[in-house]
Amino acid sequence: MVRKVVYSIFLAIIVLALAMFFAAYPFGKNKMTVGEYYLNHGVAQTGAANIVTSVVLDYRGFDTLGEVSVLFAAAAGVAILFFLAGGTKREQEDLTKPNFVVRVGSRIIFPFILLFGSYIFIHGHLTPGGGFQGGSIIASGFLLLYLSYPGTRTNRDGLSIIEGLAGLTFVVLGLIGLFLPQYSFLYNFLPKGILNTIVSAGILPIIYIAIGFKVASEFAGIVDDMMCQVICRGGGK
Amino acid sequence: MIYYVGSFLLIALGLYAVIIKKNLIKILIGLDLIASGVNLLIISIGYVKGGTAPIFSRAGLKASMMVDPIPQALTLTAIVIDASEMALAVAFVVLLYKYYGTLDIKKIRSLKW
Amino acid sequence: MILVSWVLIILMIALAILSIELKNLIAAVVAVGAVSLVISLLFLLIQAPDVAMAEASIGAALTMAIYIIGVRKTERSEKDG
Repeated sequence: MVRKVVYSIFLAIIVLALAMFFAAYPFGKNKMTVGEYYLNHGVAQTGAANIVTSVVLDYRGFDTLGEVSVLFAAAAGVAILFFLAGGTKREQEDLTKPNFVVRVGSRIIFPFILLFGSYIFIHGHLTPGGGFQGGSIIASGFLLLYLSYPGTRTNRDGLSIIEGLAGLTFVVLGLIGLFLPQYSFLYNFLPKGILNTIVSAGILPIIYIAIGFKVASEFAGIVDDMMCQVICRGGGK
Repeated sequence: MIYYVGSFLLIALGLYAVIIKKNLIKILIGLDLIASGVNLLIISIGYVKGGTAPIFSRAGLKASMMVDPIPQALTLTAIVIDASEMALAVAFVVLLYKYYGTLDIKKIRSLKW
Repeated sequence: MILVSWVLIILMIALAILSIELKNLIAAVVAVGAVSLVISLLFLLIQAPDVAMAEASIGAALTMAIYIIGVRKTERSEKDG
């Protein structure tokens, strides 16, 4: 009890310090200088209508590459942990079988989830959304499939191949920029095209599609590992 | 302004859960709440009163009336990282349960404090 | 707009307190998913549609599913303490 009171006072002090710090940044006032610059010059420099996309993939593309590799490390960590746990012993749990409506409904809706996710990451440079959002929507479609058909296994080798090819696309597109006269990693060397059309913004849509595939296969792999701990015989692979 | 207050409260609640609770799943919930609160705080710094989303989807949108795109780009990657780290943490918790048979951090010897 | 954000933020704080204090871990995890959903609505209100989509699909769907699988593998309820 004393502990709770002491820590509550401690937390109150932290909140007070945060409030004093953010009193210097009033809500809803002016932006940072860098943000102004990206808003004013982003369309001319990258050709993408969505400025968030151009910041994520063009101005800070290297950062996104690092982020994708962190995602890969986490997915590999989940797989390795469950492999080391020796999931070979059979764990029999009685699962309630999903009823007829759920099974048929998920079978009907699954292609539409895939279509919606692909729409989101193909149009990432024009509308809100992009590779991360579309990829996670596709992975949640896989999750629906796992929940409605217990015992489903995805082809892990296929997922690894898709993931590797997507990562390779990102890195190779970045490396091509190094051999051009401008000498910069992830240089946007394709023509910019007309604003607000599907083929525009140079390499940004290609990179976002690659990121979409990569995120989808990684999250599907994580879901597969976790579900495997619950239902399938012999965890891991 | 209310956004700042809400995100401060969310961060404080998450820290409270991390410090006070003994259950490992509750500690993970606290970490998730802290992450959500920090994301909300970063996004609300970039808001401009009466601004629109930073997308030039039709003609006539002025750049001076848009909200700041940089906090949104940072938060977008932070959310994805957060989800994958949480998956890794849940995997650790499942393994700890397998070895120790409990989720109480006081009973897991090496984490006693 | 102002009123909606007040209501949503009070709802968010109430759900967060609920998720910390509930003894049933499945219910607590569902409360965390609801916090993520409310936060994604708040992101939409302050003009961040990209982040709102990411939070709704990752925070509210995938993270909650991963937590539920984790709780299912371990204990359903929190002991006192």
